[in-house]
Amino acid sequence: MKRSKTFSNGLWIALAYLLALTGFAFAAGEEEAAWNGGLRQKFFGDRPIEEGNQIVELTAPYRAEDPALVPIQISSKIPQTKDRFIKTVTLIIDNNPVPFSGIFHFTPESGKADLAMRVRVNAYTHIRAIAETNDGKLYMNKAFVKASGGCSAPIGTDLEAAMARMGKMKFKLDNEKAVLRQPNLAQLLISHPNITGLQMDQLTRMIKPAHFVEEVKVSFNDKPVLTAQTDIAISADPNFRFYFVPETAGELKAEIRDNKGNRFSASQTVTP
Amino acid sequence: MKVPAIALLLPFIALNVPARDDTSKISLQQVAPGIYVHQGIHELPDRHNRGEIANIGFIVGQRCVAVIDTGGSPDQGRALKKAVESITTTPICYVINTHVHPDHIYGNIAFKQPGVSFIGHHKLAEAMAMRAPFYREKAERDLGFGLETENFVPPDHPVRDTLVLELGARALVLKAHRTAHTDSDLSIYDARTKTLWLADLLFMGHLPVIDGSLNGWLATIEELRKIDAELAIPGHGPVSADWPEALEPEERYLKTLQSEIRAFIKDGRTMEDAMANVGLSARGDWQLFDEFHKRNISTAFAELEWEDE
Ligand SMILES: [Zn+2]
Repeated sequence: MKRSKTFSNGLWIALAYLLALTGFAFAAGEEEAAWNGGLRQKFFGDRPIEEGNQIVELTAPYRAEDPALVPIQISSKIPQTKDRFIKTVTLIIDNNPVPFSGIFHFTPESGKADLAMRVRVNAYTHIRAIAETNDGKLYMNKAFVKASGGCSAPIGTDLEAAMARMGKMKFKLDNEKAVLRQPNLAQLLISHPNITGLQMDQLTRMIKPAHFVEEVKVSFNDKPVLTAQTDIAISADPNFRFYFVPETAGELKAEIRDNKGNRFSASQTVTP
Repeated sequence: MKVPAIALLLPFIALNVPARDDTSKISLQQVAPGIYVHQGIHELPDRHNRGEIANIGFIVGQRCVAVIDTGGSPDQGRALKKAVESITTTPICYVINTHVHPDHIYGNIAFKQPGVSFIGHHKLAEAMAMRAPFYREKAERDLGFGLETENFVPPDHPVRDTLVLELGARALVLKAHRTAHTDSDLSIYDARTKTLWLADLLFMGHLPVIDGSLNGWLATIEELRKIDAELAIPGHGPVSADWPEALEPEERYLKTLQSEIRAFIKDGRTMEDAMANVGLSARGDWQLFDEFHKRNISTAFAELEWEDE
């Protein structure tokens, strides 16, 4: 009895040592495994992707404080002009159960293709922002984030209250008076529980079905500023920061749709 | 901090209850007649401490014992049960869970037997159900032990508002609170000794952790303050403390968060900005500040963004 225990302990230590060694050797490649093993192909096929921060730069905390609420920012390095602009930014979180987190469409009227939002991160992973410019070229910037359990993290403490408030939206503008013909920073707050479908009720063995914002359309005087298709990685109560360029006074409008077909809209008067 | 007045009248009895082996001992202090508290440690739950970090204990009446929180592991629950049995022959009738957090409920299974009723906030069962899969994964990863569904013993008696538990010549008043530290906070008041067992509604030394509602917690503190108690028992901190002075550091911290975050939101500043800059003056006042402060800010920021709705 005693001998076999010692033996198995010894074996265990040897195994752990081996694992540590090989784990260390793999570590560098492992971070790219999901991307190279299919994600890249799935979303971009064989198209060349230039890596670096020359077009967009992604900022994320290296260690997440709350895996269900990780603030990230995407800053663009080129202005949005009629001739040259960022058309889309795709957000991929490699090791999330649903890596596709969102695609954001910009126009020259966006002024600046900057974005900020909060996401769920389920495992140590790269987060990637892949920008496509209007000439069809792809540029990628990535950041590594240490977090776990963001997608299965329990639903916020008061689901009843969250459901009652669902669909409320508000805009916040950086300045009370808009600056005409310049990019103005705006924030859109959406009240929605954004349930991931990965949060299980242990007693009833029921999974709360996924219920999340699938589409966000922001326009200014009916011209699109930001259009997004989003998925479960977006944190509860989605919050987007972006730019728009008002040529005159007018109305900033948001229309959203969730995966159950609920539609909500809100608007905000913008005066110079 | 002043020594609690009652401590001068009462000898603190430190007990190291002997048990079958050295690993299952638990130290307890009698903070008021018939009220025993085990003092936790200010550490993050990990494989070394096995999540056994919270203050837990029990109250003895003439007919019944009520256990208040069962500890951070099944082993700690078993050690607490042995300790009760070595101190009194009065049977355990009730196990009160003050809220859903693992360091307070993972010993539940040790007490599950006929004749023992589990009592908790009316939202506790749902909170347990919703969190169990996540918590089980976390226990395996961080604490080094596995948990089964059975470990999460939901309450037999949900408390919606208040409940009086008769222990025999001693009545406990249990109150279910609005969302504060969590959405399942329950406090216990022992009228005989004017002791208010607050569990994690009161943090001392260990930075308060917001896993419910900052505004709700501050509103709860306002209500708690009116309670005529001599002694409070925090969920993390000393085994007992003067009332209501014990509340002050926690209230100051939460109010600082509230006012500074409100100002950030009003100025259109971001959550990231708030996480880097809010409330840093409190850093020297608390243990585990770096571990929980930023997360508190992000939780509170997300709440306060919607507070005018
Ligand atoms: Zn707690």
